[in-house]
Amino acid sequence: MTKLTGIAASDGIATAKAYMLVQPDLSFSKSTISDSEKEINRLHKALQDSTSDLETIRKIAAESLGEEEAQVFDAHMMILADPEFTGAIEGKINDDKVNAEQALKEVADLFVATFEAMTDNAYMQERAADIKDVTKRVLSHLLGVTLPNPALIDEEVIVIAHDLTPSDTAQLNGKFVKAFVTDVGGRTSHSAIMARSLEIPAIVGTETVTQDVKAGDLLIVDGINGDVVLDPTDADIAEYDVKAQAFADQKAEWEKLKNEKSVTKDGKTFTVAANIGTPKDLAGVLENGSEAIGLYRTEFLYMDSAELPSEDDQFEAYKTVLEGMDGKPVVVRTMDIGGDKKLPYLPLPEEMNPFLGYRAIRISLDRDDIFRTQLRALLRASNYGKLRIMFPMIATVAEFRQAKGILEDEKAKLIAAGQTVSDDLQVGMMVEIPASAVLANQFAKEVDFFSIGTNDLIQYAMAADRMNERVSYLYQPYNPAILRLIKNVIDASHKEGKWTGMCGEAAGDSIMAPLLVGMGLDEFSMSATSVLRVRSLMKRLDTTELTDLVETAVNVNTSNEENQKLVEDFMKDR
Amino acid sequence: MEKRDFHVVADTGIHARPATLLVQTASKFNSDVNLEYKGKSVNLKSIMGVMSLGVGQGADVTISAEGADEADAINAIEETMKKEGLSE
Repeated sequence: MTKLTGIAASDGIATAKAYMLVQPDLSFSKSTISDSEKEINRLHKALQDSTSDLETIRKIAAESLGEEEAQVFDAHMMILADPEFTGAIEGKINDDKVNAEQALKEVADLFVATFEAMTDNAYMQERAADIKDVTKRVLSHLLGVTLPNPALIDEEVIVIAHDLTPSDTAQLNGKFVKAFVTDVGGRTSHSAIMARSLEIPAIVGTETVTQDVKAGDLLIVDGINGDVVLDPTDADIAEYDVKAQAFADQKAEWEKLKNEKSVTKDGKTFTVAANIGTPKDLAGVLENGSEAIGLYRTEFLYMDSAELPSEDDQFEAYKTVLEGMDGKPVVVRTMDIGGDKKLPYLPLPEEMNPFLGYRAIRISLDRDDIFRTQLRALLRASNYGKLRIMFPMIATVAEFRQAKGILEDEKAKLIAAGQTVSDDLQVGMMVEIPASAVLANQFAKEVDFFSIGTNDLIQYAMAADRMNERVSYLYQPYNPAILRLIKNVIDASHKEGKWTGMCGEAAGDSIMAPLLVGMGLDEFSMSATSVLRVRSLMKRLDTTELTDLVETAVNVNTSNEENQKLVEDFMKDR
Repeated sequence: MEKRDFHVVADTGIHARPATLLVQTASKFNSDVNLEYKGKSVNLKSIMGVMSLGVGQGADVTISAEGADEADAINAIEETMKKEGLSE
């Protein structure tokens, strides 16, 4: 059996055929033609084939993904039918005697450049992306190669890709996609998060899967260990079926904890919460027995939209989530755009270090028109549940005061206008910048709560870009330096009678969780699918035994590895 | 040739959805249909042409149609302009 190993990003086991979501080679060379009529016929054929592709894709996308997702294909079809666009290509073939590929490229480049230059108009800049997309499709027909059309998948498959972007995953039908395997990425990349929310296994960072696998190959994906079996025999399939059954049995065991509280062996209670990106994720949150939503990432409202989402659209989304949680707390993080998250209609300058640049609260405080819209929507929605508003990327006390000041200002205006705002509203901040972790005692006097974002906290504290695979060894969640920062935040909040949550993946990590329980972290927020596993883990812990464990991890040990071993040994007979 | 002037009142000007609908309407007719704004004229059957004009709120535009069905074309376009709240 040949195995390919990567990073286990979402657990579970799947067996299905490979679907290659890989871009074909679209390179060509410029050539001179003599028969321009024949060349124009080639062009027309490619345009027709592209339109007929798009009609099919649009129809299927509307059925499986919804009308809104499907509308992007209307825009594509309009471009194909645009007489100025096709006319200009024909003109080039006639006048310059170049091949259709070259004529198409020159005309498309011209339009793309015109639209991209309209920097004051985000909508037009987005049309440039549509032109590029459509051009790719026509070019593929001219060259006789096939573009992947993930919206057309109609049988069970394992999706193989170099990487998956949000627009790729938006076209995937969860009913047929059984697993993801990618060349690049880590546990926190988009494809990994997406797989966990779809509750399908995923393996990322295999480096070579797109080369090792061909379309239609039968594969087994073991998302628990991070293995892809490339040429499974019947015996392998049988063996993995047993494993899949064991995994399902364990899930069934955890399932029994669904309506229980999260309690340790010695009776201490904690909150185990889930992270969500859109109201669609609510079902998974409730199915997995989460006691709260510890992180609602509102940036998807902005990323899935063609323009800034209106106050009413936001209000509806927040209200749906708050009502859906039926009085359980919901921590909503205000817009966290920037870093690796870009908006087509809000062009941001290219930066050398986007993670250290203009992002999150820094944009919100600068563009307070966008921020105020979001805050008004949140304040109005506060009447429908237990809302906790959280500001991301706070570095200084002044930033928190300023953000809270804007919130208070909008609140006062709403009340003056006769609207009601819930009394049970808390305002807190993310702790992901080491400066705010160090100064937690000062922040604790001003906030209602903290939520620690571990991925960014680790990346900033270790000065290691989490997108850079060469320094991925520095992603060390158990490093005593990181643990000490976390403990400092938790202790500081408790001293002021406030609470601390953690909304990074670390909260659901089986090594980290015992340490966090020992430190007295109040709320653990993670992928919904991890909630029951962590609740079951907590039942095995006795907090009186954890004090020493935390002391050793924070003040005696010197490395990530030592701490990993420490907890592994500790958990062995428990 | 049929010609008609419009004063654009929609606060977004002519782009996104209204532009799509205008182009779809114009494309139903055989006549050549043009949109003129600030001395520039584009084919109203071309989505990219229309959008590249960047017609904003308060703009004065002229739409002309020339061909066998020019009168029907210009009437249909006027109706779309009003229905989409582009002009009064």
